[in-house]
Amino acid sequence: MPDNKRILILFAHPALEKSRVNVRLLRGVRDLNGVTVNDLYQHYPHFLIDVQREHELLEAHDIIVFQHPFYWYSAPALLKEWQDLVLEYGYAYGNDGGALNGKRLINVITVGGAESSYCQQGTNHYTMQELLQPFEQTARFCGMHYLPPFVVHDTLNMRGDGDVLPHVEDYQQLLIALHEDRLPYQSAAGLHRVNANLPELLGSGYAR
Amino acid sequence: MHGEGFLFQAFVYLAAAVLSVPVAKRLGLGSVLGYLIAGVIIGPFALGLTGEEGQDVMHFAEFGVVMMLFLVGLELQPSRLWRLRGPILGLGGLQTALTAAALMAACLAFGLSWKAGLAIGLILALSSTAIVLQTLNENGLLQTESGQSSFSVLLFQDIAVIPMLAVLPFLAMQDGAVSVDPAHGAGDKPVWLLTAEVLAVVAAIILGGRFLVRPIFRFIADTRLREVFTAAALLLVIGIAVAMEAVDLSPALGTFLAGVVLADSEYRHELESNIEPFKGLLLGLFFIAVGASMDFHLLTADPGLIFSLVALLILIKFLVLHALALAFKMRPSARWLFSLSLAQGGEFAFVLFSFATQNQILPAAVTNQLVLVVALSMMLTPVLMILYDKLLDPRFQTPKSTREADPIDEVDNPVIVAGYGRFGQIVSRLLSSSGFKTTLLDHDAAQIDLTRRFGAKVFYGDASRIDLLHAAGAGQARLLVLAIDDRDRVVQMAESVRQHFPKLTLLARAYDRRHAYELMRAGVDIIVRETFDSALDMGRRALEVLGYRANQAYRAALKFKHYDEQSLHELYTVWGDDKAYGLRVRQRTEDLETLLQRDRKQLDLAMDHDWHREEDPKTTG
Repeated sequence: MPDNKRILILFAHPALEKSRVNVRLLRGVRDLNGVTVNDLYQHYPHFLIDVQREHELLEAHDIIVFQHPFYWYSAPALLKEWQDLVLEYGYAYGNDGGALNGKRLINVITVGGAESSYCQQGTNHYTMQELLQPFEQTARFCGMHYLPPFVVHDTLNMRGDGDVLPHVEDYQQLLIALHEDRLPYQSAAGLHRVNANLPELLGSGYAR
Repeated sequence: MHGEGFLFQAFVYLAAAVLSVPVAKRLGLGSVLGYLIAGVIIGPFALGLTGEEGQDVMHFAEFGVVMMLFLVGLELQPSRLWRLRGPILGLGGLQTALTAAALMAACLAFGLSWKAGLAIGLILALSSTAIVLQTLNENGLLQTESGQSSFSVLLFQDIAVIPMLAVLPFLAMQDGAVSVDPAHGAGDKPVWLLTAEVLAVVAAIILGGRFLVRPIFRFIADTRLREVFTAAALLLVIGIAVAMEAVDLSPALGTFLAGVVLADSEYRHELESNIEPFKGLLLGLFFIAVGASMDFHLLTADPGLIFSLVALLILIKFLVLHALALAFKMRPSARWLFSLSLAQGGEFAFVLFSFATQNQILPAAVTNQLVLVVALSMMLTPVLMILYDKLLDPRFQTPKSTREADPIDEVDNPVIVAGYGRFGQIVSRLLSSSGFKTTLLDHDAAQIDLTRRFGAKVFYGDASRIDLLHAAGAGQARLLVLAIDDRDRVVQMAESVRQHFPKLTLLARAYDRRHAYELMRAGVDIIVRETFDSALDMGRRALEVLGYRANQAYRAALKFKHYDEQSLHELYTVWGDDKAYGLRVRQRTEDLETLLQRDRKQLDLAMDHDWHREEDPKTTG
């Protein structure tokens, strides 16, 4: 299939051995066709990011996934460091920039709190979309298309495989659809999160 | 009073030096003036402790100048010499020619013949390499603009002595009486043979320095006998001097050349530290001899004439130098220093005047007076320098920043690494790949050969000797890395380096914990236990094998390192008290375990999570 998209997961989790949701999500997709996992905390324990290597990885892929837990309304420190160093002037933006033009960026996030707490009346006051605006604007500034995030809420109350599995399945379906380039981007653009109702979004394409 | 034998003479000269030089330095007069005054005091005019042997002593002591030029050459890599070719030929050549012409005109005005005038002009155009270099060096001015210009002029003059010796006989008072002194003769041999000889000797020095000296020194260094190395260094200098004299070339020039050839060799600092004391003593002796040989009876006979001649000499030389400095666009402060420092007669004048008298070029009555004039002008040089320092220099200081922007050629490296073994290599490679110039010292000749093959420039020498560290520039360096693998030596070195170079930051490689304590006591600033970090790294890898994520293992190792370094400093306070020490060690070990476990728990809490706390407590509220 000539139009297959290649997917790069930039995975940032400082304490993966204690994670249940993120680790399962990752395990569920890492062997899919066209998926490359770049485990940042495993690869850069000293925070010395190899910018050249990261550029080469970016160039070899069409869809960039930031997969991480939601720490203080943002990504863990190493993913921020990655952005600071890798998305540099003359590469991602500015004169001679534009290396990432036309690529897609998506956040895949696990959150402890319930979705209902992410609104003006809730304890977190802002919606997820509002909180993720720095990522959205970063993507736009670098000429990338930003997709609505894939968010797994309420992880604090998950009790076992049964609670996590549906999300793993959604994640797999999303990446397969992205790989095969058959995600209806138009209708997806209106969603506050891409996994709000994935079977409906993908229609007959879901769970083939 | 004289004639009591060698020991008595040695006693007189040494006593004079030991008594007067420190006093002169304390009074801010500099060592050169101190030696000269000492000479005057023991000379026939004051105490009369020296006698006929004065001339012999001077001749012997002239060898100090030869050694000094060898050392100057060692400091000058061929590339730097090449960069100075403009000033040497331009500035030096013009200075000698113009000064000789101006002095000759003055002589004609005094009613001397043109031949005598030319001879006097040429001889007096020379300045004193010994005094100027010693004074500039002592004041740390050698690497400044004026210092380099002065050096260029002096170097040209030293070279110019050779053709002067050849030309002077033709200026004899009676035509046809050109009797060439056989000692300096150019006459009995055909010119081509003479030229061939000169070229052969120069080629021998360059080729020998390049290819012969290093294996020989290597062989000697392997014996680890210091005095043999010193003997070899002296032999080298004296041997070259003898060879140069055999072909009527200036020994100073030959040893200078040898110094330049050896400036790139690994034995440079070791040679420097071996020759340096001899040079210092002989040069001191030379200055004393100059002081002692001054014939003050001539001065008392006609003080007005002598002093006006001295003033005239200094004035003419000063004006020519100053005009040249203007023409060569030196900055004002450099201009004054340059023209004041070179405005005296030189030691070669003593040699050339006696040569001129022997060859009946000049009457003895004239040369005797002129020798006194030259000696007095030399004696006035340190005084002029002090005047410059006190009166003129402060005026150029006002815009402080311009002074600091002096184009100082940074020859001294900021870093010295002692011990270029497994440890020192890594340290110095990191530093030099980060752009810092490092001076490397090692005392294992085989190791040096090996590393030189890979392009690292290591100097041979026992780095535990303070004089060698001096030669390697420890006085100017910012830090010294002690990476030699002899634990007791490292401690001794640290102690004496602390004492001699209090401003130098000391970094030392410690063998183990106890050694680290010893080094702390010795005043080392930064101590690294040689296997500590590699062992930690091994532990980190082991944690990874045991299932730790890379960043967690990294964090644990760092935490351990910080804690252990902290306890190192804490335990140092009770080190020596066995009981308290043992108790504290046990307590710290337990603390560390708790700490690491707590850190892991804290990390878990902060990051995530048991099942119930999956993901982030920070944002769950």
